[in-house]
Amino acid sequence: MNKISLIGLTEFKRFFNSPLAWSILAILQFILAMMFLLLIDGFITGIQTEMVGQDVSIGVTDVVVSRIYLWAGVIMLVVMPILTMRSFAEERMNKTLPLLISSPISFIQLVLGKYLALVLLVIVVVVMVSLMPLSLFIGTELDYGRIATSALGLFLLLTSFAAAGLYISSLTSQPIIAAIASFGLLLLLVVLYISGTSSTNASELFVYLSHISHFFSFTDGILNSADIAYYLIFILLFLVLTVLRLDSQR
Amino acid sequence: MKKKLLIQADHLHRYYGKHHAVNDISITLYQGEVLGLLGQNGAGKSTTMQLLTGNLSPDEGSISINSLNLQHQPIKAKRQLGYLPETPPLYHDMRILEYLRYCARLHDISKADLTDAVNKVMQRCGLEDMQQRLIGNLSKGYQQRVGIAQAIIHEPAVVILDEPTVGLDPIQIQEIRALIKVLAQDHSVILSTHILQEVEAICDRVHLLKEGQTVFVDTLDALKNYQNNKIGANASLENIFTALVS
Repeated sequence: MNKISLIGLTEFKRFFNSPLAWSILAILQFILAMMFLLLIDGFITGIQTEMVGQDVSIGVTDVVVSRIYLWAGVIMLVVMPILTMRSFAEERMNKTLPLLISSPISFIQLVLGKYLALVLLVIVVVVMVSLMPLSLFIGTELDYGRIATSALGLFLLLTSFAAAGLYISSLTSQPIIAAIASFGLLLLLVVLYISGTSSTNASELFVYLSHISHFFSFTDGILNSADIAYYLIFILLFLVLTVLRLDSQR
Repeated sequence: MKKKLLIQADHLHRYYGKHHAVNDISITLYQGEVLGLLGQNGAGKSTTMQLLTGNLSPDEGSISINSLNLQHQPIKAKRQLGYLPETPPLYHDMRILEYLRYCARLHDISKADLTDAVNKVMQRCGLEDMQQRLIGNLSKGYQQRVGIAQAIIHEPAVVILDEPTVGLDPIQIQEIRALIKVLAQDHSVILSTHILQEVEAICDRVHLLKEGQTVFVDTLDALKNYQNNKIGANASLENIFTALVS
């Protein structure tokens, strides 16, 4: 346990030694802030004026908050592979992996340590994204329960991206290849969803397999244990694959 | 009294695809000894070292370090080891102090002993004045020293150094050799090299490899005597080496 947190915290700090993490977080925040502004503007000038005098129960949380989380999920589909690509591919490229492999740690500790660093980074992203909808509390009443489920959903979605990216990173010694391949894998799961929901060839199975479909219920404010289980199994699968991969490579 | 056996590797084999990189190599290392692993490029020196440190697993054969089996008790066995690979495993975005503290903690040094261990190793490797420098900005020689510091920080029973003096200037080479001699007083050392003066300067025993196979294992003097009978008295080490590997 000690070793896992040691590796995790050190790797997490190392993210911020290079400009990569800083610039990614800055650009992500900038794009989402623009989206947030557009959504708020659309709500105030469009939806809110129409609602005057009518007895409807649509609020700012429905329109703005859940969409900002959806957009965050979509953008992170592209960003997460860039954050995960370094994990093992860069160690291999720079030939630093022997340091960890010759140390008295197990492969499980090594993989969980690397994964912990990514999870901490995901927490930073989720907190930064959540600050925007939370800032609305100054002017209006918010559905905090829905914000909480959306944040949890985003956290689970991104940690599942991280697990897949970590595995792909263990396959190669080229970080760029790792990034592209992880992006391809994540996109494939989205394509599964699109093809599963198409009007001609709808497939329940494809929709179920896609990680995006399980995200929607969270942004709708529904906490479904099946969806949580999906993400946990997804993460566990890729972490186990990573451990096996590292062990078989010796 | 026989000295303690620290490494016992029996009949190691390792294939890269069809290439038989390590073919039936057995290595023994006793306490307080410096063993030189010699051979031409591609003779299997680095592969053998990777096998001994658990970075590669042997296709056949077994390795014990201080009576702990590397395959069955990898974590306990690795505690006895310090390893400097051919390319020092350095994170270029970290500072020396930060990096060495990380290495120390990876090797189970408790928080209480951390500062002492790091200070001691920095003093030994001449890094005291550099502790806040970024590793990426260091010269090759200093990077090599940080690499060695990383390998000995936890005072392992066995230190394995893969070409520790390659790419260094003559003064740095002498400093590193002096450091290895000091290390040999309380650790056992295996080092690989193809520089013969280095072998004469620091090794007690040599292990000569050729195309993945053992050609000769014994003390330096024995190597000279053995060959003197064949290629004439007072043959230089270079002649002996050439005769054995070609």
